[in-house]
Amino acid sequence: MDQAPAFQIETTPSGDIARLRGAWTLPGFARLQPALDGHRQIATVRRIDLGDIERLDSAGALLVARVLKRNGLDLDALEKASDEQRALIAATRATLDQQVAHARPKHWTDLFERAGHATAVLVDQVRRMLGFIGLVAVRFPSVMVQPARWRLTSIVSHVEQTGVDALPIVALLSFMVGAVITFLGATVLQEFGASVFAVELVSFSFLREFGVLLTAILLAGRTASAFTAQIGAMKAREEIDALRTLGMDPVDILVLPRLLALLVVLPLLTCVAMAAGIIGGLVICATSLDISSAMFLARLQDTFEFRHFLVGVIKAPVFALVIGIVGCLQGFEVGGSAESVGRHTTTSVVQAIFLVIMLDAVFALVFQTLGI
Amino acid sequence: MSTTPDTLIQVRGLVNQFGTQRVHDGLDLDVRRGEILGVVGGSGTGKSVLMRSIVGLRPPDGGSVKVFGQQLDALDDRARRAIERRFGVLFQDGALFSSLTVGENVEVPLREYHPELDARQRDLIADLKVGLAGLPESAGDKFPSQLSGGMRKRAALARSLALDPDILFLDEPTAGLDPIGAAAFDRLIRTLRDALGLTVFLITHDLDTLYSICDRVAVLAERKVLVCAPLPEVEAFDHPWIRDYFHGPRGRAAQAATASQAVPDRQGTDR
Repeated sequence: MDQAPAFQIETTPSGDIARLRGAWTLPGFARLQPALDGHRQIATVRRIDLGDIERLDSAGALLVARVLKRNGLDLDALEKASDEQRALIAATRATLDQQVAHARPKHWTDLFERAGHATAVLVDQVRRMLGFIGLVAVRFPSVMVQPARWRLTSIVSHVEQTGVDALPIVALLSFMVGAVITFLGATVLQEFGASVFAVELVSFSFLREFGVLLTAILLAGRTASAFTAQIGAMKAREEIDALRTLGMDPVDILVLPRLLALLVVLPLLTCVAMAAGIIGGLVICATSLDISSAMFLARLQDTFEFRHFLVGVIKAPVFALVIGIVGCLQGFEVGGSAESVGRHTTTSVVQAIFLVIMLDAVFALVFQTLGI
Repeated sequence: MSTTPDTLIQVRGLVNQFGTQRVHDGLDLDVRRGEILGVVGGSGTGKSVLMRSIVGLRPPDGGSVKVFGQQLDALDDRARRAIERRFGVLFQDGALFSSLTVGENVEVPLREYHPELDARQRDLIADLKVGLAGLPESAGDKFPSQLSGGMRKRAALARSLALDPDILFLDEPTAGLDPIGAAAFDRLIRTLRDALGLTVFLITHDLDTLYSICDRVAVLAERKVLVCAPLPEVEAFDHPWIRDYFHGPRGRAAQAATASQAVPDRQGTDR
């Protein structure tokens, strides 16, 4: 076992000498550093005796080199040092000499700096998003008029990934939400003896709002993140740059097929969600409430208005564009590292869901004002 | 124990295979204290696999690997970790933690093994390692993605030096560096070896590195170490791959370059 490291400073006619002993290694650093720096005679040390040192590693050498530097001594001040110790201390000293003043420590006023930085980042993000929307708006029509450049294979593949594969989860989720809403509504309406209005409640809410909103939120989580991760991974491995150098437009190749696929898929999935939600209501009415399936369907037919369906489904393409643009844009924002892919994937989901819900609220306001 | 105190790593009869493909079959290798051992071999001869077997990242399919006279896979977790702490490993792409700055990367092992150090003391040590690895101090506050390839290698080297390892494993440290940067990296490794008393296990394709800093060279081919000796002996070894490697146009150029430099170089490093 190594002897505990220690030192003492002795006064001699030729100046103070620090005698070190024991193992001057990393485990002793935490104790030695304050003891050495705080010693009242440390500034007058002229020589350092390493004769009794058992082991010296770079942490110990750092302590010795700091004393040398602070007192303006050179390697001649070392006594009884072995060649290896001398070399180690020389290398450490040389490194210390290159170091300049240390970076500014953290301060509470940094808070303002960070708040300002975050604001600037936010403004910049909005600007980039608008820029990207503009870019897509320019590319979109020019590709649309040339069916040869539609990249059908890519579109079909994305329709499968974002639509067909998402079908079960969208249907199941809407079914369950439909059931819950019917149940809640019926419970409240029963007090007024109007539990049959639960039929209108579920059809109305699913046609106008929930069908499209649930689908959009699900796709924002499922698809926006997938787009960001796919494009981001390509960006991180310089594949996007490779496309550019091959004279191909990344927006044409990567963004438009994804957007087109979403534009096809989201309205279709919305219809599925509407149907599943209403079926959920029907099942609850038939099993837990005294409304038979026949009665449910008859009432549904009586109260159904096409405009409710339109109000719902018209929002789908808008949400599709939002999800696709946010997902792709975040993918392009990815920097060089894998960590950056993860961060932008999170951002893309949060932004997509936020924008979807916000736009939905705006739509609701507009439709109410118009009285639709 | 058959290991002499000067043999830090002793590999005997190592077998490694992936599926039915045998990469190593009865491979023997010794690494001696204080030397820089260059490991060369064509692509796919299992240089990195050998390194991973030695540092314990890949349990060998046969044979034994002794480090500091102890067999890693026979030890319990505690003892094993104590030995692993004496390794410094520089992976091919640096393997820096991308969510941490360079300085924080160096501090990771310090935090883990030396909780008694306070933040300022950790900074002192991390700054020293960053400086020893030849990076400017400002690099300590940067993230790995903000560094050039050469600087990232140096930052990874700084992290591998954090705990003052006895053995440094370098996996193609100069790959992807420009010749000037590569030569500087070679010099840095030799300087660190001399100053810190390291033993270096160095995988490389770089002939200049072999000629300028390696004490011995091990050639991997035919699933084992063909020869492990100082360069002149390796060059003279009769095997088609070695002939092509050392006596091809690149080999001759590297040889000529070292021969013309040899005299001033020696004075600089040998004490």
